[in-house]
Amino acid sequence: MANTQAMCTSFKTELLTATHNFGTAPIRAVTTADTFKAALYLASATVNATTTAYSATNEVSGTGYTAGGVTVTSWNAPAATGTTAFTTPTASFTYTTVTLSTAFDAVLIYNSTQSNKAVSVHTFGSQTITAGSFILTMPTNDATTGLLRIA
Amino acid sequence: MIVTTTKGDMDDSLLEHRSGEVDNENEFTTWTEYWLDGELVHRSVHVTLKKPSVTCEAIAASF
Repeated sequence: MANTQAMCTSFKTELLTATHNFGTAPIRAVTTADTFKAALYLASATVNATTTAYSATNEVSGTGYTAGGVTVTSWNAPAATGTTAFTTPTASFTYTTVTLSTAFDAVLIYNSTQSNKAVSVHTFGSQTITAGSFILTMPTNDATTGLLRIA
Repeated sequence: MIVTTTKGDMDDSLLEHRSGEVDNENEFTTWTEYWLDGELVHRSVHVTLKKPSVTCEAIAASF
């Protein structure tokens, strides 16, 4: 037998359910999942790893689009394969019948339950929409391609 | 087929249809456009994310 230095995989999964608290955490009234939202950002915006919360600055705007974006319906239960924990929304993000004339290329996922704190930014090829729909379909929910992965 | 356009709902037989796709490491994207007399009146896009490169790496410190 030998001991191996590691970050425990169970801990990684539990990070995704707010099981551990090393500092001062928000008071949680319920044990159910928080509400997350997905907002689109202009190609000229600067949303990245330093983004701490949702902001309407440089968010897309146009007919049919509500500031703040759409609600993420639900997430797959956090799980782990090998030493990677992961989770992915269960459904696509759909912005129906919108006109977004200025090019956009990023979506910010944020926690609307916890003061709109930022979760992740995902980029794609620059797009515009004209009286149409923008659908963002999620990758396969696994340790290799899941939307949020802690390796 | 009825298409939502900037001019209201229109039958697609009255419109010029264009479409395309982008397939790379990050995404598979398809787009559909309808044009009327040289004017873009509808554009929809479907992006499928393939492998978001935002993995968070957890590292246990060594002593």
